[in-house]
Amino acid sequence: MFLQRLLLAVSVLLLYASAAMAADPELVVLPIDRAKFLAGQKFDLEVEFRGAGEGEIKLLIDGSDAAKLFGKTPVIKHSDTLSSYRFNDVTLKNSGVFKVEATATAGGKTYKKNVSYTVVAPQSTKAKNVILFIGDGMGLPSRQIARILSKGITQGKYNGLLDMELLNDGTALINTSGYDSLVTDSANSASAYATGHKSVVNAMGVYENSDPDPLAHPKVENIAELVKRTRGMSVGLVTTSNITDATPAAMVAHTRRRAEQNFIAGEMLKADVVMGGGSWQFIPQSTPGSRRKDDRNLIEEFKSKGYTFAGARQELASATGDKILGLFNLDNMNVYLDREILKNPDVLGGFTDQPNLMEMTRKAIDTLSKNKNGFFLMVEGACIDKQLHIMDWQRSAYDTIEFDKAIAVAREFAARDGSTLIIATADHSHGVSIVGTYHERDGKNGREAVRTYANSIYPTFADANGDGFPDDPAPDVTLAIGYANHPDYYEDFKFHTKPTAPAIMSGDAATANIARAPDGVMYRGNIPVNESQEVHTADDVPLSAAGPGADYFKGVMDNTEVFFGIVRALGLDPTKK
Amino acid sequence: MSERYKLNLLLETRDAEPLRLLFKYGIRRSLPVLLAILCLFAPARELAGAETVRFSEMYDGVSSLGITLSEKLKSLEGKIVVMEGFMAPPLKPTLSFFVLTSTPMSICPFCSSDSDWPYDIVIVRLDKPVSALPFDRPIRVEGRLELGSEMDVETGFVSLVRIRATRIKEA
Repeated sequence: MFLQRLLLAVSVLLLYASAAMAADPELVVLPIDRAKFLAGQKFDLEVEFRGAGEGEIKLLIDGSDAAKLFGKTPVIKHSDTLSSYRFNDVTLKNSGVFKVEATATAGGKTYKKNVSYTVVAPQSTKAKNVILFIGDGMGLPSRQIARILSKGITQGKYNGLLDMELLNDGTALINTSGYDSLVTDSANSASAYATGHKSVVNAMGVYENSDPDPLAHPKVENIAELVKRTRGMSVGLVTTSNITDATPAAMVAHTRRRAEQNFIAGEMLKADVVMGGGSWQFIPQSTPGSRRKDDRNLIEEFKSKGYTFAGARQELASATGDKILGLFNLDNMNVYLDREILKNPDVLGGFTDQPNLMEMTRKAIDTLSKNKNGFFLMVEGACIDKQLHIMDWQRSAYDTIEFDKAIAVAREFAARDGSTLIIATADHSHGVSIVGTYHERDGKNGREAVRTYANSIYPTFADANGDGFPDDPAPDVTLAIGYANHPDYYEDFKFHTKPTAPAIMSGDAATANIARAPDGVMYRGNIPVNESQEVHTADDVPLSAAGPGADYFKGVMDNTEVFFGIVRALGLDPTKK
Repeated sequence: MSERYKLNLLLETRDAEPLRLLFKYGIRRSLPVLLAILCLFAPARELAGAETVRFSEMYDGVSSLGITLSEKLKSLEGKIVVMEGFMAPPLKPTLSFFVLTSTPMSICPFCSSDSDWPYDIVIVRLDKPVSALPFDRPIRVEGRLELGSEMDVETGFVSLVRIRATRIKEA
């Protein structure tokens, strides 16, 4: 009898202990520790007490009650597992380091979490305009592949440098990781450039709380909102992907989920010039081809707010006015090789009149520069990344060259204007590397024809018309490109006349796509089988800048510093408004 | 039955001369051959009258403002059509509808919220669930063509072109 009671008592104790361990409460302060702000930059400050039921939360900033400091009443919410204490739209106006102390009391126990914030003071104005060029996924090898193809190399010396490499008032290596993970995505990384704050994969302009609603997470003010609010500047977004895709979206939107593209399309009204693909997020659901889940006709909404709409290259050329909405494809725009050189109707699918990135950039600058208060323009080479995902380095390289030509357009403007900061960088890298060259002159093929070390004779890309793009993407001697990560895939080291997926999802596993290289050899993947594409890597990316304020960029920098370099150059002072 | 005899049967089956076989070997011996021939011809008979639609024939006009369905597609509304394409990876192993695409999908928009379907897709509805066919090989779908925007209540999936399938097989 006693033994039985003892056993029962012990099991009750054990159960109690394990329950307590499982519910180990957590106090989370958002923004996170070491967050950095521009003085006067708006943000939502939220404390979440997770896993302990209702708790009483207190928040001190440098020893003072946060509610008094902000002059606001916090929004307090409780559920069975969560308590939240939140201030919306607050600012820290003085520069310096702030100690933030959160405490939560529940069940007679007190939990503490201390974080610190750094606030930097506004600076004097150096530049009137900023143009931020983001080569999506354009790591160092991407730049170099483009340099080889576009400029050529003779006896070890390059015959020229890319335009982005001539931006040399400031050069830096940029770290790209988010606060949740080592390897980032384009939403998270663009968000760092747009807000000065890191976020998590698939998120932009927010810190991640526990709310299932992706639009309810605590926000931080982004560059588009800041330049509009503090100086009445114009904002432009230009890309070759869906305009609602992560990189342009992060300049204007706040969402935990980049997939909220219906919502993001509406947020594009925060910009004055909007150009790219993805019109299917702008036409009502009743229109064939639409991807909206409502009846909003955003193209008409933009028009009614004074935007000129352009749906093709000629319409863009003739567009006038201070605001332009240019959408040139239902989906992502085609890549340069397919759009401008190969022009295969099966690949273009009816979109035979898409402008190139140079034309879009020129029109954007012409339009935005009418504003006396200056402008912020973001131009993205989106498909540098998308083509590397499907392991098509040639299509990626032509888009890198196109991206560089768009930078040349901006450099011409900056030379005339004299008060424009140009920044060219990437948002993350890819697992590509130049292994050597490839040719079949001696009858070898496949891996035996990959030429390494002394056998890596120079490639034979030719540019007879001098447009900077090789006339033939598949010359006699081409590059041998290696992929550091890949799914099961077939390799023949050759150019593919049509974009072809390396692997196809089959249930939960990616299967190598023989269509990529019917005569090639299958290489076993080195990433999980549910990855059907080459994936982003955590490598630092190069940044080049020129113009007033470019001196900020030097050494090895965190990606959030790109934002601080921009606001410093512009001398934005949000404390005054 | 000798190997040579089996080969003969096969060869003669391909010649499709059932009457000659019937007389030559008698009804009992040629029954399997007759059945085989019937099987060969059965699908062809059902396909008679079914118009083949290619992905490239679906639209007359595609622009940023939307898609215009082709005259051919519109004229076939409510009729039996045949289309060849690829089965996109579905939500479940057995399914009552799936997406037919012109090229194999390297990503699964049902699996990853951050990817999207191409615009030239066809929803294939099934009266009774089937197991998924291989996703990397072309399949042939036969059924009644339905047009017009429609949302699947369960998944929220909006479709424009649908086939109510009566027959699906590897192409």
